[in-house]
Amino acid sequence: MKKKRDLILSVILLIVLFGLSWLLNSEMDSYVRRIANLCMIYAIIGLSMNVTNGFAGQFSLGQAGFMAIGAYVVGIFTVPVAARATVFYAVPMNPAIAGIQLPVWAALLGGGLLAALVAFLIGAPILRLKGDYLAIATLGFSEIIRIVITNASSITNGALGIKDIPTLNDARYIFLATAIAFVFIAALINSSYGRAFKAIREDEIAAEAMGINLYKHKCLAFMISAFFAGVGGGLYAMLLGTVDPKNFLFTLTYNFLLIIVLGGMGSITGSMFGAIIVTAGLEYLRIFDEPLELFGMNIPLFRPGLRMVIFSVLLMVCVLFWRHGIMGTKELTWDRIAQFCKNPLAVFKRKGAAK
Amino acid sequence: MTTVLKVDSITMQFGGVIAVNNLNIDIHEGEIIALIGPNGAGKTTAFNMITGVYKPTKGRILYTNDAGEEVDITGMKPSTIAQLGVARTFQNIRLFKELTVYENVMIAEHLHLKSDFLSATLHLPWYNKEQQVAEEEVERLLKEVGLWEERGEKASSLPYGKQRRLEIIRAMATHPKVLLLDEPAAGMNPNETDDLTAFIKTIHDKYHLTVFMIEHHMDLVMEISDRIYVLDFGQTIAKGTPQEIQNDDRVIEAYLGVDEDA
Repeated sequence: MKKKRDLILSVILLIVLFGLSWLLNSEMDSYVRRIANLCMIYAIIGLSMNVTNGFAGQFSLGQAGFMAIGAYVVGIFTVPVAARATVFYAVPMNPAIAGIQLPVWAALLGGGLLAALVAFLIGAPILRLKGDYLAIATLGFSEIIRIVITNASSITNGALGIKDIPTLNDARYIFLATAIAFVFIAALINSSYGRAFKAIREDEIAAEAMGINLYKHKCLAFMISAFFAGVGGGLYAMLLGTVDPKNFLFTLTYNFLLIIVLGGMGSITGSMFGAIIVTAGLEYLRIFDEPLELFGMNIPLFRPGLRMVIFSVLLMVCVLFWRHGIMGTKELTWDRIAQFCKNPLAVFKRKGAAK
Repeated sequence: MTTVLKVDSITMQFGGVIAVNNLNIDIHEGEIIALIGPNGAGKTTAFNMITGVYKPTKGRILYTNDAGEEVDITGMKPSTIAQLGVARTFQNIRLFKELTVYENVMIAEHLHLKSDFLSATLHLPWYNKEQQVAEEEVERLLKEVGLWEERGEKASSLPYGKQRRLEIIRAMATHPKVLLLDEPAAGMNPNETDDLTAFIKTIHDKYHLTVFMIEHHMDLVMEISDRIYVLDFGQTIAKGTPQEIQNDDRVIEAYLGVDEDA
């Protein structure tokens, strides 16, 4: 009974949110739309990173690299063939791919699949590493991808980047992509494979003794994560309309690390909240970057860069007092909401208990 | 009686230290075998070799599978050995601490699910069917061990004795033929030890299990084992029935030391 109720409520919620995205698209200006879309794209990539880092417990920092793969596949194959000569004005495009133009959905999917394939290939050597070593290896790998992209001029247009990518600043489509990523990952985590990932996170030796093939499951988590990061990267490229190797510096990965730490490592709904807070928060803190006059005096602190200081302080406070992020490993379920509606105070009381 | 597990002169060397030297063990179907010995004798190392955590420096480990064929499991992956039907528990309990009691047991059922990850994620009918079988199994096991009421609790919040039981039942959920218990009664008081003894007997009888255990509680060992192997400094110093072991001079010597005056 409960399962049925939850399903119905979830479907209703999805429809309502889809309606909202429709409204957003028709009523709001392009700046607000862009922020909302960026939130959703970051949510997809945050979710993807949570699969490896939060659920399978493998500390991977390669997300920017996988995004770059997805973004470039979209960039290379969706620029109209007629416009390619002007985009690739320095080094002409490799004739083998110069005439291929894919529809947007195929390019997105292809980008995700290529990212997953790359994850599979590099997974064999690096997934033997653990903890910090894995983090360093994946970080290095994402830099390698960026450098390969910078130098493969005839395919990627090198440091010039690719312009004239058909833009998609349309909340409806991006919402659909986010919803699919969310439902897929939620269903995966609730399946027996999701449980196996969690077992690996909790205790590798015990997981192995329970018959879970560590390498196979780690590799699977890594590939799924790369797939969604690739799709997210493709959407990102289409939101910006251009791709450039500098977009995918390793600092980009930290945005998503921030999202999942803030939202809660190992919480799907947490990643969604994290993405919204980090993306929207960074935008709306821009008021601190503008000069401020109080009582006729110019406050010297208010200058470009202050928002990053404030944001960092907020983060430190959050990490100090809310170590497991907003959600921890918990999920925002309908049960929890129902409980909250019945007795709002009980939620806070239970926190003290050892549950 | 058929041999289920045959440990054929295995040696484990860590640099200059020989942790286990030329160990031979034969375990027949349905037996309860105990491995005893002073601390540091190499008992857990022997377990780790059988379950694939370590690859022996020398020797072979043979396992007879369900079809009656002898399989050389030396140096296989722990997960493969578990899939073949050898399950284990750990000396220092290794539960999935942050997960619930239910999830802990459910994870052990994962190896019986044939569905690939896509059909599992999409919850396709054949996955749901497998999942339901697993759920019923877990419910039955948890009820049997008296942990059904606590299924929603975090594993780490259970009292010590129940954590031990949960670990055993989690191993049982992999449907093993041979169950390896590493000091199941460690840190238990006499009452809890009695309960555990009865519990091991029950599952042994009910599931036609072969049990191989390391234990320091002599009451438990003497009461339920069919045969005992005694290890000291990596060597087998004695083997036999509980009565034989109790009267063996070398065993007494290993445990109590030699009387210099005698």
